[in-house]
Amino acid sequence: MHPKAIDWIIMGTYFAVVLGIGAALKRSMRTSTDFFLSGRAIPAWIAGLAFISANLGAQEVIGMAASGAKYGMATAQFYWVGAIPAMVFLGVFMMPFYYGSRARSVPEYLKLRFDEKTRGLNAITFAVMTVFSSGISLYALALLLRLLLGWDFNTSVSLSALIVLVYIFLGGLTSAIYNEVLQFFLIVFGFAPLVLIGLKDVGGWQGLVAGLHTVARARGFAPDAWLSTWSVMGSPHENPMGIDWFSMAMGLGFVLSFGYWCTDFLVVQRALSAESMDSARRTPLIAAIPKMLFPFLVILPGMIAIAATVHGGASGLTLPRQADGHLNYNMVVPLMLGRYFPNGMLGLGLTALMASFMTGMAGNVTAFNTVWTYDIYQAYIRREASDAHYLTVGRVATVVGIALSVAAAYVTHRFNNIMDLLQLLFAFVNAPLFATFLLGMFWKRTSGHGAFAGLLAGTAAAAVHHGLTLPAGASPGIKGGWIAVMHLYPSPMAQNFWTAIYAFGVCFLVTVGVSLLTQPRPEGELVGLVYSLTPRQDSSAARWYRRPAVLGVCVLAAAVTLNFLFW
Amino acid sequence: MGLDIRIPVGALFSLLGLLLAGYGLHGGAALARRSLGINIDLWWGLVMLVFGVAMLLLAWRARARNR
Repeated sequence: MHPKAIDWIIMGTYFAVVLGIGAALKRSMRTSTDFFLSGRAIPAWIAGLAFISANLGAQEVIGMAASGAKYGMATAQFYWVGAIPAMVFLGVFMMPFYYGSRARSVPEYLKLRFDEKTRGLNAITFAVMTVFSSGISLYALALLLRLLLGWDFNTSVSLSALIVLVYIFLGGLTSAIYNEVLQFFLIVFGFAPLVLIGLKDVGGWQGLVAGLHTVARARGFAPDAWLSTWSVMGSPHENPMGIDWFSMAMGLGFVLSFGYWCTDFLVVQRALSAESMDSARRTPLIAAIPKMLFPFLVILPGMIAIAATVHGGASGLTLPRQADGHLNYNMVVPLMLGRYFPNGMLGLGLTALMASFMTGMAGNVTAFNTVWTYDIYQAYIRREASDAHYLTVGRVATVVGIALSVAAAYVTHRFNNIMDLLQLLFAFVNAPLFATFLLGMFWKRTSGHGAFAGLLAGTAAAAVHHGLTLPAGASPGIKGGWIAVMHLYPSPMAQNFWTAIYAFGVCFLVTVGVSLLTQPRPEGELVGLVYSLTPRQDSSAARWYRRPAVLGVCVLAAAVTLNFLFW
Repeated sequence: MGLDIRIPVGALFSLLGLLLAGYGLHGGAALARRSLGINIDLWWGLVMLVFGVAMLLLAWRARARNR
């Protein structure tokens, strides 16, 4: 890859606009609500685009393309099954309680609904997790820049951390949201031509289908395996993911996706910044529309690359191999950028990648500074201070959060295993969360003790399940089986889905059990926090297509159609 | 919220579109060899320019209406 002046100018223009946005927003950051929640004044379509962009970090872009090559069209299930239903549920059923309770964060909702200890547990684990995720983003960016441009690790880390620091410090959440919108368009404009040229290379859609048939046959699957979703999930041996339809629907479609999209403050914060209840509810629904089309932008490149590698294409594009002889799937995006894009477009592609790394990091930093300030500092360190004081604390937390991310990036650089271990622990902590929210919002009997005990039991269940099972072909250790190997799963993904299913199930049962034995909160305190005690709010929107329920049904119908099209 | 998001989005994409299209027009066939014979810089630059200008027009219209 040989960037020329034009590519640097394109990247430079983007950075100038980013910093310009921060500077222009500085004047409107007067209160802590401006800084942490954009003054609750963001229109639904902007919050919606930010909602998906915050999740679409560059690891996701590169990882989805890699999975597209490895597993084919079934990867789209992470969108059509693993995101859309949960986003619709959040908008239609859950947002009234998040937004309506005036909670400023997800942990704060837990405090209002349950008690201090449940909030504390969630706030502290979430804060640690965001710092490490943002560190991983930074680390991945530095690796990519070294690979593509030959930049030094220290230079990449400090330059990107500095830019993110400046724009969040100046413009708070609004800056982060505006940059997420910018990144959304950059990804669309940067990747659409990659798909178009790639399709031309393999001979159009027909050529791609023929190529993927060859790929599937060469690996011993039915010819359609790389082009289908549900039809190859009858048993784990029929598809390259090693997944059956039940663990797909239950593990990914229910537990993991609802756990992430409905409870993770990183995404929910974008909806909380919306200008009205209706806008907050529309945020995830508007987000769902581009979200369900993203597979064609981020997964298709992987499918094109594998078809070109195995079946052959006009340009002779071939995925490189790793030292152990396996194809290096993570190279799909860098390889295609370098092969198909002339200078100019190359600059645009690189800018899109860098933008998504930085917004991935910025999303974590804005979620961190809010949870730190409202749920840790204000709750446990200084309760009654002026708003100006908390605004300052938020700015300081931004600096500290970024410093910690940089530290985390270096830790990852030196000890890769520590990062694997941490991500595993976070997965255990997150797995049961949705059971707690589901019971809390829809069963008024749920008590604080019940929620807390359920969360701990669910996390323990996840850890024990992981310790007792192993994916086929792995050795006991970080991959599982560190207590004893009682069951072998066909793939790591199957193990992961089942860990989540067990964690959810145990958390659900323990929460119900302990709640029945303990005192519930008086009903008067739960108005606005629990479904059955909150008056139904009809949407105030005049036009039918702006009503959350109508929009939700349309989005679901479209997602179901896509499932059938690629059955 | 102080700043209409369509202004920075419109400005960025108009600028990038102009840069790309200009570069593509200037570079011509030599550039197109990589992208399988399509002068992608020129055409995609024009697409981005149209998008950027549309965003700016929307922002301008909203501002005129609020006044």
